[in-house]
Amino acid sequence: MPQYLPPLDDRPIYRWGALIIVTVVAILWELAVRTHVVSGMFLPAPSQILRELVLGLWGGTLLDSLRATTLRVASGLLIGGLAGAVCGLLMGASRRLSRLLNPLVAGVHPIPKLSLLPLFMVFFGLGETPKVIVVSSAAFFPMLLSTMAGVRHIASVHFDAARTYGASRRQLIRHVVIPGSVPMMLSGLRLAANIAFLSAIAVEMVAAKNGLGAEVWLAWQVLRLEELFATLVVIAAVGVTVNVMLRGLSRRVAPWLTAREVTI
Amino acid sequence: MPAGAEAPNAGTRPLPVPEAAGSAASMLRFRCDEVGCVYESRSGAIHALQNVSFAAQGQEVVSIVGPSGCGKSTLLRIIAGLQPPTTGRVSFEWQGRAEPPRCGLVFQEAGVFPWKTVLDNLAFGLEMCAVPRAERVARAMEVAVRLGLNSFLYHYPRELSVGMRQRVDIGRAFVADAPLLLMDEPFGALDAQTRRVLQEELLAIWQASRKLVLFITHDIDEAVLLADRVIVLSGRPGMVLDEIQVPLTRPRDLSLDRSRIHEVTRHIWQLLEADVRRELSLPR
Repeated sequence: MPQYLPPLDDRPIYRWGALIIVTVVAILWELAVRTHVVSGMFLPAPSQILRELVLGLWGGTLLDSLRATTLRVASGLLIGGLAGAVCGLLMGASRRLSRLLNPLVAGVHPIPKLSLLPLFMVFFGLGETPKVIVVSSAAFFPMLLSTMAGVRHIASVHFDAARTYGASRRQLIRHVVIPGSVPMMLSGLRLAANIAFLSAIAVEMVAAKNGLGAEVWLAWQVLRLEELFATLVVIAAVGVTVNVMLRGLSRRVAPWLTAREVTI
Repeated sequence: MPAGAEAPNAGTRPLPVPEAAGSAASMLRFRCDEVGCVYESRSGAIHALQNVSFAAQGQEVVSIVGPSGCGKSTLLRIIAGLQPPTTGRVSFEWQGRAEPPRCGLVFQEAGVFPWKTVLDNLAFGLEMCAVPRAERVARAMEVAVRLGLNSFLYHYPRELSVGMRQRVDIGRAFVADAPLLLMDEPFGALDAQTRRVLQEELLAIWQASRKLVLFITHDIDEAVLLADRVIVLSGRPGMVLDEIQVPLTRPRDLSLDRSRIHEVTRHIWQLLEADVRRELSLPR
């Protein structure tokens, strides 16, 4: 049981540790380039990357790329995540439905969703639709599987209690199934968000004119390494932001969970 | 025909308090007729219950005592309608109808919803029958005050001690306004001292808002101290060995002279001892 574990260590070192490591590495890196230990041709100095980053965000294409990628990830996560949650709740609650659909899930889940992009482009053209479908389908499965596991992990006493107090099927879903599976749904959402972001970048590298993925690919093609690094910094920053936001979200939707139970 | 079909020790019981007067007119009766339950398992059929017949009605507390594994919990689940009996039947009569009423179920541990606050847990039964929020809260508060939970209304169960969580579970059953409360060893996971205090609280809250309570326990003293009638079940398969009227009056106080129940507890132990020993000497 989580409550018997010692409380979380909240000293500043844990809060700022990652930032300190990044800073130290950046300083060493900068020194290495300045003293010509490594060639600035292959490894641009952090100061150069930072300059490129600022220029790219103000006046450059980086901000537009960020916006395009964010939109793809958000719509994919919304469509795929929501569909995954709903299907997960239904399949978790109904043994018959899960027996019926499990082989299908097992068959489709392992297919890298990016490999379906050409097929979707044949069906839906070259616009946004096939891209969003790939991102959605990537987000769908982790959400589905986590939600399903979440429903299965609800203690049977909670179902028994609700039923004896006269809960209808709808009340059972609302008062037991959904809140009971929220912890697992949140960790499913985190997986889904990360894989959606990953898929969006991959899709953009292959088939988009804009977006962070396209930016990375373009930078490689013209060998502008400081631009490549600047884009990677933006990608990392988005990842960190999304995870912080998800943690805030879980505090709001599941205030009964201890800090330790919030896995994101 | 079980002796308990007649209202037991009706003469010794004080008049119903006004709160319970309304429900006295539409008294709940239920009876189990030759209830049996068989589980199929890989190693063959397991007979959990066999020919269990008894009846209860009105506002009595009936405890069911028996060795562990005798199918007490199964019997409770069957009465709650959570699983059907393999043989026999359970019948109800309440407000002129024959269908089973809603009931409150109290579990050994972790029965309250961890995702609901104390207040919402207490009011859960009323929420299920669409009682408006204001009324729900008012009635939950009443019980919360009685159980000393009023300063924890907005806490989540994980922030409470085990004993307090059991109090929430019991409170939830009393708030629910169900005519029948089923308690499955609600104090089984508590230490002896907490258990004693909660037994007293249960007696007090029952006295204030009487219900028909079916109380399952393996603790013979607890069975006798809390109930008006004790049904003794044998080891597996659970069969009714005896039904015993408890020679105590209400309202009851646990500081009573225990020598008054000595005869009864000794009798129950004599009924059960052989089964308990047999169970222990079985190689597993």
